[in-house]
Amino acid sequence: MVAAVVTAIAAAEAETTGVATGAIQYAWVIALLPFIAAPLILFFGKRTPGQGAVFGIAALGAGFVMALAVLFHFVTGGGTYAPEGIEWFEIGPLHLEVGQYVDGLTAVMLVVVTAVSLAVHVYSLGYMHGDVRFTWFYVVLSLFTGAMLTVVIADNLLLLLVGWEIMGVCSYLLIGHWYEEHENSSAAIKAFITTRIGDVPFLFGIFALIFATGFTTTNIAEIGESIAGPEASSALVTAAALLLFGGAIGKSAQFPLHVWLPDAMAGPTPVSALIHAATMVAAGVYLVGRMFEVFVHADPFVLTIVSVIAAITTLGAAFLALVQDDIKRVLAYSTLSQLAYMVAGLSLGPEGVTAGFFHLFTHAFFKALLFLGAGSLIHAVHSNNMSDMGGLKDEMPVTFWTFLIGSAALAGVFPLAGFWSKDELLVGAWEHNQWLFFVLLAVAVMTAFYMTRCVLLTFFGRYVGEGHPHESPPVMTGPLVGLAGASVVVGFLGAPQLGAVFGDWVYFEHPHDADFVFWVAVVGTLAAAAGILGGYRLYRERRERDPLMAFPRAWNVLQHRYYIDDAYMRGIVYPIRDRASAGVNWTNQHVLDGAVNGAAWVTRGLATFISWIDRTFVDGVVNAVGGLTGATGGLLKYLQTGNVQWYAVLLFAGVVVLTIVFVQIA
Amino acid sequence: MTWESSAITITTLLPIVGALVIILVPRDRDRMVRGLGILFTGAALVLSIAIAVGFDYGTDGLQFVLDVDWIAAIGARFHVGIDGISMPLYVLTFLLSFLCAVYTWRFVPEPGRTKAFLALMLLLETGMAGTFIAFDLILFFVFWEMVLVPMYFLIGIWGSANREYAAIKFFLYTLFGSVFMLLGFLALYFSGPDPHTFDLVKLTEFGAGGGFTHTFQLIVFGAIALGFAIKVPMWPFHTWLPDAHTEAPTIGSVLLAGIMLKMGTYGFIRIALPVLPEGAQAYAPWIGVLAAIAIVYAALACLAQRDLKRLIAFSSVGHMGFVMLGIATLTEIGIQAAVFGMVAHGVITGMLFFCVGSIYDRYHTRQIAEIGGGMSQRMPKLAGVFAFVAIASLGLPGLAGFWGEVMALLSAFRPNEALLDGQVGLFRVLMVAGGVGTILTAGYFLWMLQRVNMGTMPERWNEHAFGDIHSVEWMSWTPLLVLILALGLFPRLIFGVSQEAVSGIMAVLGAGG
Amino acid sequence: MIRLPFVLLFSAFLFSAGVYGVLARRNAVMVLMAIELMLNAVNVNLVAFSSSLHDVGGQIFALFVIAVAAAEVGIGLAIVILLFRNRASINVDEVNLLKW
Repeated sequence: MVAAVVTAIAAAEAETTGVATGAIQYAWVIALLPFIAAPLILFFGKRTPGQGAVFGIAALGAGFVMALAVLFHFVTGGGTYAPEGIEWFEIGPLHLEVGQYVDGLTAVMLVVVTAVSLAVHVYSLGYMHGDVRFTWFYVVLSLFTGAMLTVVIADNLLLLLVGWEIMGVCSYLLIGHWYEEHENSSAAIKAFITTRIGDVPFLFGIFALIFATGFTTTNIAEIGESIAGPEASSALVTAAALLLFGGAIGKSAQFPLHVWLPDAMAGPTPVSALIHAATMVAAGVYLVGRMFEVFVHADPFVLTIVSVIAAITTLGAAFLALVQDDIKRVLAYSTLSQLAYMVAGLSLGPEGVTAGFFHLFTHAFFKALLFLGAGSLIHAVHSNNMSDMGGLKDEMPVTFWTFLIGSAALAGVFPLAGFWSKDELLVGAWEHNQWLFFVLLAVAVMTAFYMTRCVLLTFFGRYVGEGHPHESPPVMTGPLVGLAGASVVVGFLGAPQLGAVFGDWVYFEHPHDADFVFWVAVVGTLAAAAGILGGYRLYRERRERDPLMAFPRAWNVLQHRYYIDDAYMRGIVYPIRDRASAGVNWTNQHVLDGAVNGAAWVTRGLATFISWIDRTFVDGVVNAVGGLTGATGGLLKYLQTGNVQWYAVLLFAGVVVLTIVFVQIA
Repeated sequence: MTWESSAITITTLLPIVGALVIILVPRDRDRMVRGLGILFTGAALVLSIAIAVGFDYGTDGLQFVLDVDWIAAIGARFHVGIDGISMPLYVLTFLLSFLCAVYTWRFVPEPGRTKAFLALMLLLETGMAGTFIAFDLILFFVFWEMVLVPMYFLIGIWGSANREYAAIKFFLYTLFGSVFMLLGFLALYFSGPDPHTFDLVKLTEFGAGGGFTHTFQLIVFGAIALGFAIKVPMWPFHTWLPDAHTEAPTIGSVLLAGIMLKMGTYGFIRIALPVLPEGAQAYAPWIGVLAAIAIVYAALACLAQRDLKRLIAFSSVGHMGFVMLGIATLTEIGIQAAVFGMVAHGVITGMLFFCVGSIYDRYHTRQIAEIGGGMSQRMPKLAGVFAFVAIASLGLPGLAGFWGEVMALLSAFRPNEALLDGQVGLFRVLMVAGGVGTILTAGYFLWMLQRVNMGTMPERWNEHAFGDIHSVEWMSWTPLLVLILALGLFPRLIFGVSQEAVSGIMAVLGAGG
Repeated sequence: MIRLPFVLLFSAFLFSAGVYGVLARRNAVMVLMAIELMLNAVNVNLVAFSSSLHDVGGQIFALFVIAVAAAEVGIGLAIVILLFRNRASINVDEVNLLKW
């Protein structure tokens, strides 16, 4: 309803000033819509037909249309739109303004996020049907989308951080959506804490950048100017770059903070598609791209570190993807690997930014497609394990064909989306960092291999699971088809032969011409073919034992994820959670509180002693006087016989004595 | 007497009047007693909001001042007033007290005796509110001590099993600090301007003019700071807090965490820093170190707690660590962060104690292991509110807990260069420690939620009838929940109010902030 | 005119008889009577000195003593009667409740 009004405003604006310039002024509305939808779903969702999902879908639908209009602004050659923000608050010298910063990168991200989120919103109508917390699911989903859009559109780092952390919480809530299982809630905590370990350096990086501006602003553009200025300290900028990259490592699940992402698959599959494949995990990459000015002005070794981490992650994750049985974990490790691909692109320097983001763009579509396809399979067979699937291509044709397209796109098969983006990265790597080129090439082979394995194990052979799987309902297959279509076409946006228009939208400083190196394209295609052929040879027939088990030692290491998770748990989590905390608590109870209680005990002891002194000596004298008097009286009382005549005798005796005395004296 | 000069006095003393009225009501008119409690706290809240509305936010001076002779023999005056630092805390005092009175409409802890309970609560309210507006050291001290007695009885009579130990510990520990504080005040009186005065404004002017010698400042700051530090409580003077919180009734915990702890940090900002700037300069690094220790230490201690209420109590120690870290930087950002942190902590932790109280009310246990999880299944709303507040407490951006923490850390990145020259490295280390603390904080809160909210409810509760959030609870909680969100989205609500007053303090402290 | 020493000797004898009666008799009535003897011995002395010294004050005192003695006997006998009612005895040896 509100969404409709806002869209109407935007539309009216578009008529008067032209679609492009009109929509871009209201780009912030795209981010606001889901935030409006979320409370509507929360408070009124249960009372509306469709249990509230309609609010989210309407908001995202309107947002998607507006995002396309914003992108159109750049398609038609429009420039960056970054108006003055409205004042948020000021604290000391620091002024914070809330505003939007819309450039080509923002526009592309807006389209990606709204498109994938819309698909997921629709898809979840089927996937989450009958879930006990259906409405709540949509609340968090909307909230997440709003937060992600805030990150994308924010013109200052603190606002970005706000969106960044809200995403983290939504991710936490959605991973733990089925919190009845302890495993799920643990995965949720792991995701939140691990990313937060990255967020703290990120926060400090922001501090360093605020410092660089003389504590005046957090505006991204102004920070960029300060850093590019002559007085910026190189050491400070280098530190800031490293710290910012820490945030990216956490959010984009790069080594060594990658451990949370595979576990995050505990959440519902649409969530995995949206948050843990297409959008939130890409936010780290987005952050590096958005703050690329910092990385450019930092010491060059920062980008070397970035490339090394990317290489470790992409290769390590690709190996892990080879041996997974859980289909979502295959895709999760693949996501890790591909995110590192993007990071590798950024590590190439200004020329690599376009390539990295092009891969982010294409990857969002086909990876979301793959996850939703996997969700469709899981929905049908009620198991995540590929060992419970097989032979599903006839029962589930739509899922099969779309999944096949997604897999081929991921593997880099010409002319699907993945081919173009991967090719651009390989070209860039060959030109700027040759050892990285070979790493990326090796990963390309492995990617093709494990996706082939995945497709063969699920759709071919014979069905080994229970029950009779059947195709998912249209609300689920519809988004699959849509995303499959996107996976086919979006690659052409970056095809050099077609002008590589993507490079005109997303670039650092100035557009770079996309080179097309024919032999690299051939090598890339050969790599994909090699992977597919290898996979086909090994998994053509279904076997009891995975052929890769022929290398038991390597298999074992991979099954234990290189023992990294174990090391973290045993080396960090348990010592802190169980031992350090117990130690601190013991210290608190026995040392600090012991000191307090000890002081009280000593005081009481002293008081007891003083009290004893008082009773024994001071009061003793008083009591002694009383006691003496009492004792004397006790003796004298025997004179009191009760016999009156005896008293009279004494009286007379006394008188006689006194008389004698007086007489004597006289 | 105009409204301008009498508003604060009327508002502050109204609860005491209420307490007297309540004492006169017959014991068996229980409903009427509770109604009167709501009426008087509500009236005081309305008056305090009227003061806030009439406040001029553009200047750093005192407003609504009343300055008359009080105890002429010792030169103590009844000098009250309000500025941008007092204002948020002052209104928060009345808000939380009112919400507690509303809560009492349904929940009076064992052993009942509503009359005494509410009368003590109203007395407490006056004491707390008075502390924030007193500008005479003797008056300040009177209000400061006035708080102790009602809280002592609230804990000692309406507390849980180990209440007497906790009440006595609370009382004596605080009193121990107060003695040093009083000695410090007397030292200020006798070494201050001629004629001797307890007036805070005059003492601040005198101190800013370099009236106190360096050695004197070191000694007296130490004495006064000890009194405040115990109240905050700073590590390692915090051990009374978990016991007091654990044993106190819900209302007591809410007011203790929500407002009483702020009296200590407020004292630092209002008295210790401006009157003794050189003392502050000398002690700031130590305060910063203790604050950072408190942050990490409290987070670790929280991980080890098995009692829900004790866990929240320890989390307070950590959050007050952030406030003290901000103060220790002696920067405008740091002190602004401290003021924000105080209000945010009051709202959030007050709300957390409400939640824990309601959980206890339903389960009759506070042991996390006995609750056993699954609260979301049977009481989704209570679990949702609890999770919301816990997440706010761990410092999620967009909610109230964030700004105080992040701005305190930011100020530690660049402490006051003029005053803390050479300490920048130390404060950056403290900042990193604080950052580690935020991770641990997230850890223990999420772990707590996992063990309380998530999972499945143990079978032993199957027969137990659980009611979700009651309408009285909604009424007393909604304002706090709204505030948590509003302060997070519009931090200007606090920063804007305290800005001018903090600038004034910075002018006293010296440039560089 | 009888010489003063004779009168004094007489009164001394009378007084001694009274003292003996007070200290030695068991019967409360007898004790009371012995007290009367002692009082009258005093009266004799008073009158004798009054006469020999020509001072009428002594005789006035004697009149006072007679009045006091009358009152004393009245109260004393009342006590004796009550004592008899309560204890069925007027033996003073048996009346020793007021002791340690």
